[in-house]
Amino acid sequence: MTTRGTSLLIAGSPRPGGQPAQLPRLLPADGRQAGLPAHLDQHGPLPYRGGPGRLIPDVTESGLTGRGGAAFPVGRKLTAVAAAGRRPVVVANGAESEPLSAKDKTLLRYSPHLVLDGLQLAAEAVGARRTVLYLHADLALRDQLIGLLSERRSGGLDRADVEVVAAPPRFLSGQETAAVNVINGGAAVPAFTPPRTFERGVGGQPTLVQNVETLAHLALIARYGAAWFRGIGTADEPGSMLCTIRQADGSSAVAEAALGTPLRDLLGFPGHVQAVLVGGYHGGWLPAGRAERLALSDAGLRPSGASAGAGVLAALPAAACGLAEMARVARYLALESAGQCGPCLNGLPRIATALAELSGSRPDGCVIADLERWAGLVEGRGACHHPDGAMRFVRSGLQVFAGEIRSHQQGMCTAAAGRAFLPVPAGPGSENDWRMPR
Amino acid sequence: MSKQLRINPIACGGHGLCAELLPELITLDEWGYPVLASQQVPPGLEREARRAVASCPALALLLSAVR
Amino acid sequence: MSGITSGTALWYASRATGIISLVLLTAVMVLGILVNRQGRLPGLPRFAVTGLHRNLSLLAVGFVAVHVATAIADPFVTIGLAAVFIPLASPYRSVWIGLGAVSLDLIIALIVTSLARARIGRRTWRAVHWLAYASWPVALAHSIGSSGDLQGGPLLALAAACTLAVAGAVGWRAQRTLRTIPRARRVAAVLSSQAGAR
Repeated sequence: MTTRGTSLLIAGSPRPGGQPAQLPRLLPADGRQAGLPAHLDQHGPLPYRGGPGRLIPDVTESGLTGRGGAAFPVGRKLTAVAAAGRRPVVVANGAESEPLSAKDKTLLRYSPHLVLDGLQLAAEAVGARRTVLYLHADLALRDQLIGLLSERRSGGLDRADVEVVAAPPRFLSGQETAAVNVINGGAAVPAFTPPRTFERGVGGQPTLVQNVETLAHLALIARYGAAWFRGIGTADEPGSMLCTIRQADGSSAVAEAALGTPLRDLLGFPGHVQAVLVGGYHGGWLPAGRAERLALSDAGLRPSGASAGAGVLAALPAAACGLAEMARVARYLALESAGQCGPCLNGLPRIATALAELSGSRPDGCVIADLERWAGLVEGRGACHHPDGAMRFVRSGLQVFAGEIRSHQQGMCTAAAGRAFLPVPAGPGSENDWRMPR
Repeated sequence: MSKQLRINPIACGGHGLCAELLPELITLDEWGYPVLASQQVPPGLEREARRAVASCPALALLLSAVR
Repeated sequence: MSGITSGTALWYASRATGIISLVLLTAVMVLGILVNRQGRLPGLPRFAVTGLHRNLSLLAVGFVAVHVATAIADPFVTIGLAAVFIPLASPYRSVWIGLGAVSLDLIIALIVTSLARARIGRRTWRAVHWLAYASWPVALAHSIGSSGDLQGGPLLALAAACTLAVAGAVGWRAQRTLRTIPRARRVAAVLSSQAGAR
């Protein structure tokens, strides 16, 4: 079943003892968009707990962590915002500005009511009366959600107000403080912390920012309980997660898998895969041979320098030139810098240019040394993790594609001539791109 | 109670006064921006650290007590 | 020196300290602009520009204080304490003394916010500090109109030199600001400069 090039498939790890698989949870089993009556039919009414704080112990017990990439324990975040003492705001972060990721858009298209339920439940849990649905700039999706919201409101389902805000088309739009800036009427650029958003965010109030997938899981935990949530996945990383999988042939799909699922089950690994990018453009490269033996979890991936993150997996075909791909993405990452911090705005473009040279023929001998020096100057010296993530992408790539580097130094490239593989949004745009007209 | 230095990279404009006043802890990178050798301020350098914080034209150097 | 009464001495002291204050405030303005745009004075380390700016501003306040005190104490003209801070409260040359009051109020705001900089936060401090661009011309107008001193002779040349210095610094700052690349385009600018270099 395909929708705009992204197909829906369900995956899961087989459970010992022959228990029925608990998948899919978030994505509809029949692959159809769930309308409100069907949603309420399947999952029952919105289980409000009748007061702030009552849902939080269940969430903490479930071990749910954020599905936006940082994997922060949700129970702890809810507690911090609820304890802040002033009227908080909840933001459902559906910006999904990572070009390789499509899971949030897919979730919002196929199971929007789970997300909206989770948003209401999170609002009740922290005592918020105002919420914001922060969305990737897609007019069709936005109109659809506005329609659903008014349907829910007239059905008396939603108690907290939901404002829909479009995210500017920039890579940093989904960053927590940048999102808050946009909602406050500013540009999609990160802010210096402290104060953290859970202390001061939208309108100066304590703000809970959660990825839309996290809220969908929360809506299910509220109905079926923490023990149910822990029924799949691993003991340390329970539950399921959505993954965006880009195969070596260019096709891409969104799948729901239990934490701990072997990457082999998700990517297939046909013979012509040379490397796997785990975690998108802030993630880490792994050689195909190693990736084949790893599982989708932080425990499985961290020893190799990657993490489960937001579930972005891309298999690079052998026919592509890893260095050329890296150079293109690095240039994109440089142009997506907010330009606020000296090290990032100076280092990233220089690194991108050096990578471009490295991906050419017979690069200068000092290019690698320059790259090493600049990477060291850029890491940890920005207000946000954009330079850090970019360096993870670059450093891991330099390791994985070391053989390709040696070939280029001798004037050869092992790749076949072909189209670019990793998607990079077009053009640097203008100053206006950083803000959205309301 | 020891003190910790932090730089607000958004406010920092690369003026470079901090590196002149606290060279034991702060050096400038090739673009003129400060690099902290360590966040911890040894007790002997606390006065110089406070002077560096006060002299930053952008108020980008921050000194906080470590709990 | 016959004929110099204590009253006359106070009047001369007020005018003299007034002129010195104007010169000091001119230096503070120019140094302040240099600090902001990261200009350097040849031979001096960076912290010297900031240090001079700060120390000279405190010295200027000292001279202004003497200038004001001697003006009030002088029996020859009635100015009164209120007129020091409140514009147009002086019966003597209301407008010109009033401008002095405005300038003094602004300078006090600048000094107080700068001393409490760490406590009030960057943004508030910067917003108030912009008033410096108002305080200097007002002080100059006050200097020219309050007594005939600066309206002729070598002191007119001095006033002109101060004006040129501030105008030059402001002009220098303005053209630097016009050439500043907006935040959203800075990386693109570095990229194109790299493309040229490599």
